[in-house]
Amino acid sequence: MSHPERLSPAGGGSASTASKPPRSNGNGDGQSGQSGLSLAEFAKARGLSQSAARPPLRQYISQLWQRRHFVWTFASSKSISLYTTARLGQLWQVLTPLLNAGVYYLIFGVLLKTSRGIPDFIPFLVTGVFVFTFTQRSVNTGAKSVGDNLSLIRALHFPRASLPFAYVILELQQLMMSLVVLFVIVLAMGEPLTVDWLLLIPVILLQLAFNIGISLVVARLGAFARDITQLLPFVLRTWFYFSGIIFSVAHLENSFKNHPWVVKVLEVNPGYVYVELSRHALLAKYRNYVEGLHHPTGHLWWYALFWAVLMFVGGFLYFYRAEERYGRG
Amino acid sequence: MVDGKEKTESVPVEDATEIAIDPTSDPIVVVDDLHIVYRIFGGGGDKGSAATALMRMLRRQNRPQMKEVHAIKGISFVVYRGDAVGIIGSNGSGKSTLLRAIAGLLPPEHGAVYTDGQPSLLGVNAALMKDLTGERNIVLGCLAQGLSLEETRAKYQEIVDFSGLKPEFIQLPMRAYSSGMGARLRFAIAAAKTHDVLLVDEALATGDARFKRKSKAKIDELRQDAGAVFLVAHALEVIQETCNRVIWIEEGVMRMDGDPETVIEAYTEATEK
Repeated sequence: MSHPERLSPAGGGSASTASKPPRSNGNGDGQSGQSGLSLAEFAKARGLSQSAARPPLRQYISQLWQRRHFVWTFASSKSISLYTTARLGQLWQVLTPLLNAGVYYLIFGVLLKTSRGIPDFIPFLVTGVFVFTFTQRSVNTGAKSVGDNLSLIRALHFPRASLPFAYVILELQQLMMSLVVLFVIVLAMGEPLTVDWLLLIPVILLQLAFNIGISLVVARLGAFARDITQLLPFVLRTWFYFSGIIFSVAHLENSFKNHPWVVKVLEVNPGYVYVELSRHALLAKYRNYVEGLHHPTGHLWWYALFWAVLMFVGGFLYFYRAEERYGRG
Repeated sequence: MVDGKEKTESVPVEDATEIAIDPTSDPIVVVDDLHIVYRIFGGGGDKGSAATALMRMLRRQNRPQMKEVHAIKGISFVVYRGDAVGIIGSNGSGKSTLLRAIAGLLPPEHGAVYTDGQPSLLGVNAALMKDLTGERNIVLGCLAQGLSLEETRAKYQEIVDFSGLKPEFIQLPMRAYSSGMGARLRFAIAAAKTHDVLLVDEALATGDARFKRKSKAKIDELRQDAGAVFLVAHALEVIQETCNRVIWIEEGVMRMDGDPETVIEAYTEATEK
C-alpha cells in the first residue's frame, strides 16, 4: 500500500523536506536507525498501516462475506421502512407490479394489440414485466446506493460494495413477492404447473448475479457523477422496449427474414435473455408456440451464463477499484 | 493540476517543525502531512437555469459547479498507545473532518494516516432507520458496526438495559421516541462495540444528567479496552477530565499540541478576545 505519488511533493523541496532535520532532533539518543526517519517511514517501521487504503482483493471479498448478515438485514429493513407510512403497508409490494402489468396490458394488449398470435398474452406480458422490473429497479437503486448513503459511508467502516449488494437483495425480496402474484395469474390463466417451473430458479439466480454486477457498475458511476441518476430512467425505458417484453422476438424472425442479424442482436440482449428463459420455464403454451416457429432457444442459456459471469466479475472489480474514494465530496 | 497548486500554497511551514518522534513509545496513530479536500457539487455561483447549465455543458464537459473545500491543510502528529487526545477548535475548524480522516472514512488528498488496528467512530446514527422498531435498529446497528450475528445476539439485552428503554418502547418505531430516548438508544448501540482506536465526536452531550454519568462511565470503560481515544467536544471541562493531550486546530491548521492545561488556557484566551 505504498503511495509513490505521496512522496513526490516532499522530494520537490517543499516545506516538509525543509522541516525534516528538526523532527529528528528530539531523539538523538534513540535507536540509531530511527533518527532521520520521516513520519511515513516511522509508521511503516512500526507496522502501522494506512487507514484509508483499499484492502487487497481477497481480504475485501472476505470482509464482504463477513458483512452478509448486515447486507441482508439492511435490505429487509429498507423494504420494511419503505412502506411503513403507507396505509396499505406491505400490500404495495404486490400492488405496484400488478398495477404496472395492468397498464401495459391496457396499452399493448387491448389498445395496440401487439399480441399478434402469442397464446396467453397476459401471462406472457406479466412475466416479462415482472422479471425485467427486477433488473430495471436494481439498476435504478444501485445507481443511488452510494450517493444516498453518504452519511453511512462517512460514519462506518464496511466494504462499500455491501450497499449495491443490499439494494439488489432488496429488489430480490420484492421480486419474490411479485413472483407469488405472477404464479397466481399464470395458474389462473390456465397454464399447467409443470416441472419446468423449477428452471425458474437457475434463471433468477443468473439474473441476480447479472443485476448485482450491473448495479455495482452504475453504483460507481453514480457515486462520482450524480447526473447518471437523471439519465438512467430514459436508458432503462429504451432498454425495456428493446427487450421483447411487449412482443415476441421469436415471432419477429418472420418479419426480418432478410435481416436475420436483427433477431440475433435482440437475442443477445441480457434484458431479453432472462425474461425469455423465465417464460419458457413458466408458460407451457408459449413454449409450444416458440417450438412451433422452429426457433431454437438452447443458446439463450449460454447467453444467460455469459452475461451473469461477465457482469458479476467485471462489475465487482470495477467497483472495488474505487473503493477508497467513495464518500468523498 | 488544481490539486497541485492547492498543496503548495497551503502547506504551513511552522506546524511541521513541532513533530518529534519518540522511538521509545509505541505509536498507534501517525498522521503525516494530512490534507483533506471536500468536493461539493452544485454550489457554484450561477447554478440557476437549465439554459446556463446547457451552455456550460456545450462549452466543456467538465463539471464546473464543483467547489473544493480545503478542510485540513497539512496536519502531522503522532499518537502513542494509551493516549487520550482531545481535539478542540471553533466551529468549522475541521475537528470532525480530522476524526473521519483518522478513521479512514475520508480519503486524504495528500499525506496519509497510519494506524495500528482499525480506528472507528463512536456513532451509528447513520445506519439506523427511524421507521423501524428499536429492536430491529439494535440488530441493524450492531451488524453495521461489524459485529457478527452471534455477538449481536449476545449484546442485545445489554444494549436494551443500558439504554434504559422500557420494553414496550423497544417494539415501537424509533420515530415515536423522544429525542432523549433516541439518543440513549443510539449511544447504547454504538458503545456495544470494542474499538482499537476509539473516536468520539461530542457523544457525551446527550440524554439527561443520569444518562450523561452513565455514558461517561461507559466511555471510560471503552477507553481502557481501546489503544487510544480521540475526543472532539466543545465542552472543555470534558476534555480536561478525560484527556492527557490536547490538539487545537483552527481552519484546518494545527495551532497547538500539548498537555491539556496549556492548550486549553491558550485556546480560551484566544476565543475570549
